[in-house]
Amino acid sequence: MSEVRGIYTLWKREVKKFLREKPRLLNAFCQPLLWLFIFGTGMRFSAGIPGYNYQEFIFPGLVCQAMLFTAMFMGVSVIWDREFGFLKEILVSPVSRSSIFLGKMFGVSTDVMLQGIIIFPFAFLIGARTDFIIFLKALPIMLLITIGLTCIGLTFASLLKSFEGFGLIQTFINLPLFFLSGALFPLTNVPEWLLCVSYANPLTYGVDALRTVMMGGAWAPLFPMHIDIGVLIAFDAVMFSIGTYAFSRRE
Amino acid sequence: MDPIIETFALTRKFGSVTAVDAIDLAVEKGEVFGLLGPNGAGKTTMLSMLCTILTPTSGSATVNGFDIIRQHSQVRKSIGIVFQDPSVDADMTALENLQMHADLYGVPVSEQVERIQEVLALVRLEEKADAFVSTYSGGMRRRLEIARGLLHYPKVMFLDEPTIGLDPQSREHIWDYIRKLKNREEMTIILTTHYMEEADRLCNRVAIIDHGRVVALDRPAALKKELGGDTVILGTNESQALHDLLLNNGMAERVSILNGEVRALVSNANLLLPRIINAAADAGLSVEYVYLSHPDMNDVFIHFTGKDIRQGQAGEQYGRLAMMKRRRAR
Ligand SMILES: Nc1ncnc2c1ncn2[C@@H]1O[C@H](COP(=O)(O)OP(=O)(O)O)[C@@H](O)[C@H]1O
Ligand SMILES: [Mg+2]
Repeated sequence: MSEVRGIYTLWKREVKKFLREKPRLLNAFCQPLLWLFIFGTGMRFSAGIPGYNYQEFIFPGLVCQAMLFTAMFMGVSVIWDREFGFLKEILVSPVSRSSIFLGKMFGVSTDVMLQGIIIFPFAFLIGARTDFIIFLKALPIMLLITIGLTCIGLTFASLLKSFEGFGLIQTFINLPLFFLSGALFPLTNVPEWLLCVSYANPLTYGVDALRTVMMGGAWAPLFPMHIDIGVLIAFDAVMFSIGTYAFSRRE
Repeated sequence: MDPIIETFALTRKFGSVTAVDAIDLAVEKGEVFGLLGPNGAGKTTMLSMLCTILTPTSGSATVNGFDIIRQHSQVRKSIGIVFQDPSVDADMTALENLQMHADLYGVPVSEQVERIQEVLALVRLEEKADAFVSTYSGGMRRRLEIARGLLHYPKVMFLDEPTIGLDPQSREHIWDYIRKLKNREEMTIILTTHYMEEADRLCNRVAIIDHGRVVALDRPAALKKELGGDTVILGTNESQALHDLLLNNGMAERVSILNGEVRALVSNANLLLPRIINAAADAGLSVEYVYLSHPDMNDVFIHFTGKDIRQGQAGEQYGRLAMMKRRRAR
């Protein structure tokens, strides 16, 4: 019972912090707008992909991108906790390490879901074919993407000893995962090596599943839905185990 | 009475450095026990092991009857700790910090409000409870940390250098709160410090630690007494006569004349000083001035370790610098 309270209070802290930081929220809101309206419009009229409305095409990719960046950023906030000493207060409490991980994981996952949901209404602005039912169908897929990404962020946080490594995460995790997920271009005409790497990227399956739900018949899915979902679940399970392990190590 | 904390050859090594070297200690219930030593002596390492966030290299210990290795969850529930470095969440209010702590330690929800008020009142932060901790001064943060550590009614309270880097006024405040806690008989306080005065004024017993070893352990007064009591220094025109008087009436253990002043080594200056003055007056000797020189803890420290504890203060400055750096990074 006290473990549940511990998890709850850690969750609450994470969400409060996310909602309180106004500049970050503004950024979270505006960055996808830039992608959608400047990058999206530019690409649509200069290098459009035949058969698709480019903005509609990248929209699910941008949802994933926003969630990916939030997961990494909020996840490694554990490093801030360590830097400013607060982590010790949590670690010395009677709450078990796996509960601490769970609390953090639920908290950051909530942030990530909120981030994904915030930008959902933009779909109407670009005239994408969407409605409430589609939104509801997208939610569980977003959740599956969220959990795995959050665990990646938290795992890095428990391995990195200082914030200096954050730039490396940006370059070697965030951007490759994003660029290799088929978020910005279809994977139908790319060279073999790029295709292979993309298939090894769990986010590819998330983007594919989201497109299947959101674009309906306009999208030719890379994989059937059950494969996408299966891969995402496996991804979550693996990352969750690694994250729990990384958090449970003691000096 | 069973000791509330007992260590058995407790040892911790970091590579080739032995931070804590086979320490055997027993702390009685209800006492304020001081670990006094310079920076790097191993005080923090000792506390980290006792509060189960660091595993010993060898040896063992019990806290409140629980083994620090096998029963760390029960140990954690028994203790409160104020770490040497700040550990409050500055982006939250004091109240939120306390609520979170209450949740983490399973304080029943029905009691939380009352207890939070109680500990806030103890450190006089009621009015600032809703302010973000980022607006607090260093002293206020420290007080909040003390309040937080008390929230779950720990049996043992660890205070790791509770007044390090604080201004003299904040230091006095913290000492006041610690004295108040002293009156709670069911609570034991373990305090580390490298301030002599702090150990002297707050602790029932002090262990002097150097290079991870206990080099002396006793009540502060007893440690000082071991150096031979106080020195009474008397200024008079008739120093030889006064010297002889004190030597003959047996008040002083040793009398000497230095720079025209009479120096008498006495076992208890508080009692003997009036009697010395009276005896001098009775003998018709006028005393112009008098002052006392108590051996302080620094003398004690030098006596037991052969070096001045103040050598450690470069380390403190470094610590403050690091803290400032961290603040600026925000
Ligand atoms: N995590 C660590 N890694 C390596 N050495 C450490 C670590 N923590 C402490 N030490 C070393 O152990 C010794 C004791 O340190 P510490 O317990 O912090 O002393 P104190 O608290 O008395 O100032 C020092 O020599 C310090 O450098
Ligand atoms: Mg220390």
